[in-house]
Amino acid sequence: MTKKSKPGVSRRSTLALMGAGAVTFATPWVARAQAKTIKVGMPTILSGRVAQLGTSSRNGVTIEVDKINAAGGLAGRQIEMVIRDSKGQPQEAARVARELVNTDGCELLIDAEASSGAFAVHEVARDLGVFCIHTNSETSSLTADPKQHIPNAFRTARQGVHDSIVGGGYAAAIAKAKGLKKWATCSPDYAYGRDTTAEFVYYLKQFAPDVEIISDAWPKLFQPDYTEVVTKILQAKPQALYSALWGGDLTSYIDQANIYALFSQMEVFAVNMADYTALTVVKNLPKGIHSGNRYIKTYPATAENAAWADAYKAKFNEYPTNWSWENATAMMLLAEASRKANSADGKKIADAMRGLTIKSPFGADGTVTMRAEDQTLIGYAIGWGTTIPSEPYVPEVKSGDWKQILALEAEWKKSKGYT
Amino acid sequence: MDLDALTGCLASSACLVTQGTSGFIIGMLLFLVAVGLTLIFGVLKVVNFSHGAFYMFGAYFAMTAYQLTGSFALAMLCGAAGTAILGLVFERVFMSRVYGSDVLMQLLVCYAFVLIFDDVVRWIWGPEFKSMGMPTAFQVPPLFIGGGVVPPYYLLLIGVALAVAAILGLGLARTRIGKVVRAAAHNPGMVSALGINTGLIYGSVFALGGMLAGLAGALAAPVRSLTPGMGFSVLIESFIVTVIGGMGSILGALLGALLIGLIRSFGSLGFPLFTDGLMYLFMVIVLVARPTGLFGKEVA
Repeated sequence: MTKKSKPGVSRRSTLALMGAGAVTFATPWVARAQAKTIKVGMPTILSGRVAQLGTSSRNGVTIEVDKINAAGGLAGRQIEMVIRDSKGQPQEAARVARELVNTDGCELLIDAEASSGAFAVHEVARDLGVFCIHTNSETSSLTADPKQHIPNAFRTARQGVHDSIVGGGYAAAIAKAKGLKKWATCSPDYAYGRDTTAEFVYYLKQFAPDVEIISDAWPKLFQPDYTEVVTKILQAKPQALYSALWGGDLTSYIDQANIYALFSQMEVFAVNMADYTALTVVKNLPKGIHSGNRYIKTYPATAENAAWADAYKAKFNEYPTNWSWENATAMMLLAEASRKANSADGKKIADAMRGLTIKSPFGADGTVTMRAEDQTLIGYAIGWGTTIPSEPYVPEVKSGDWKQILALEAEWKKSKGYT
Repeated sequence: MDLDALTGCLASSACLVTQGTSGFIIGMLLFLVAVGLTLIFGVLKVVNFSHGAFYMFGAYFAMTAYQLTGSFALAMLCGAAGTAILGLVFERVFMSRVYGSDVLMQLLVCYAFVLIFDDVVRWIWGPEFKSMGMPTAFQVPPLFIGGGVVPPYYLLLIGVALAVAAILGLGLARTRIGKVVRAAAHNPGMVSALGINTGLIYGSVFALGGMLAGLAGALAAPVRSLTPGMGFSVLIESFIVTVIGGMGSILGALLGALLIGLIRSFGSLGFPLFTDGLMYLFMVIVLVARPTGLFGKEVA
């Protein structure tokens, strides 16, 4: 009679299995601790109507990450970007951000969401304590409101209140020179549109007290047809119009207002006009729309800025956007802070980043600073000018004065009860 | 609420003309999309949730044709013909398989194609928004009628939509083909027994519906920005129009679209923060008073 081995698993193989299991489970942890690469998570909008927001943000990050990695990475660790689509939905942005940290093992976050998503990701950063840079949200309260403040979150985007101070001052000078007293506004009906418009009007009236707003229109975000809004403003017969519409909404509005000859009947101030995304798309751009600088390669008029834009164009076959420079700035600051801290640890980078000033092609004076008190970017190039339908699109930009911006911003914060 | 602005407008002929035509313009583009929707529902008994995609394709086809040829007429033709072919293929290959299935199945197929069509557009034309630009012939100062401002391009747009309404209405009521289509809507089994190819009728009606949405997209292309997913918002308003007018009724779609257009244009003066709400409120009132819509028939 032959002795058959018992079916099932022997003690030896059980032990072997357990050992293998232990190694398997332990390895990622060990691997992570010793990893040469550092994963940086980036939730952004890669599909839907504002997919351009995400793709040009990704491009801005990519161009800088390549440089950082070529120079040795963050404290010797190569950066690996993990970029995920949030579809522009805040709850999805929060879920993706959480997953990037908890499941994918990302140690730092670049939050390239629009304002609605940025506030959601901000809560994730607060909850997980992960280092995070908001790169696209311009809503001032994200950093100005002390209730929002957390030590691990920064912002490298421009800010609504800065744009409004510069825009208000610029518009008031023109209003005084040309006698523009009756104004109308037309902005998208959500937090960004409402806040930015209110701030612009506030500063316009500060600098030119006899201005009055005689009509306001609040089309929905992504509304396809603006005819009723255009005709409503024509009825009111204002001398000047302010708009915070942006992207495809702004180009639709221009096309639809153009055939009503709206632009010949009033001075138009559109803060978001001077961005290549809108400038290169509108086929019949009217001459003389006043706009804030979003991103153009001729402002600041330096060799560094032009070279950066050309390198970007060579790589991605299109010009950078406002989001591109904001995201590139995040990576530039990250690299410098990591160098200063000699570490890739989020907390040490955060400590080094507070108050950090770096050389930048996008700086008003060749540098930008991460202000320590509210961890938001200052000193970036900011100005207004009038558009022409072909390159360089905004031939002359009148620069804002950062001393004045900072003084008025401090007053604004006080008036809001933030300080 | 700004009732002064509204009453002030109603008292001035200039304002009445400007806002009135503005309502017509909004309404007419909606009508072109909604009438296709209502036609397809009337004959095929399918709620085509992917209808917005045809509007989108119409706009993109027109833009491409305009860029290649520089001819506005050819651009409109390409927008309409391209979507007609697309509609025919879509109906024959996919939709015809789910006619007998329950509504959920049809909805799923349509919704799947909303996503697929959006991605197709993204692949071919890219994710960023595009603009076709106003043809030179229409880059002229607006007309002043009774003190009101009316852009010539919008007169063309209103004319085209009204012509479509007349041709469709008369075609269905007076011609032999119209009779066959109405018969097929009423009793497809009997029509088929009489030796008429109902598959051909269904395909043609779907192609016609797609073509009308495509034409609307083509006409809108010079004034609206083009993005993947642009059909969605138009689709929702078109549903409101068909619900108000009554599913399956062409006259209902025309009237519903005009009412929505006028509510938007005058509502933006009197109730600037409640214009959308006003639209839905009106729909609710119509549904309470007449559950089948203004011109809808009771379903047996």
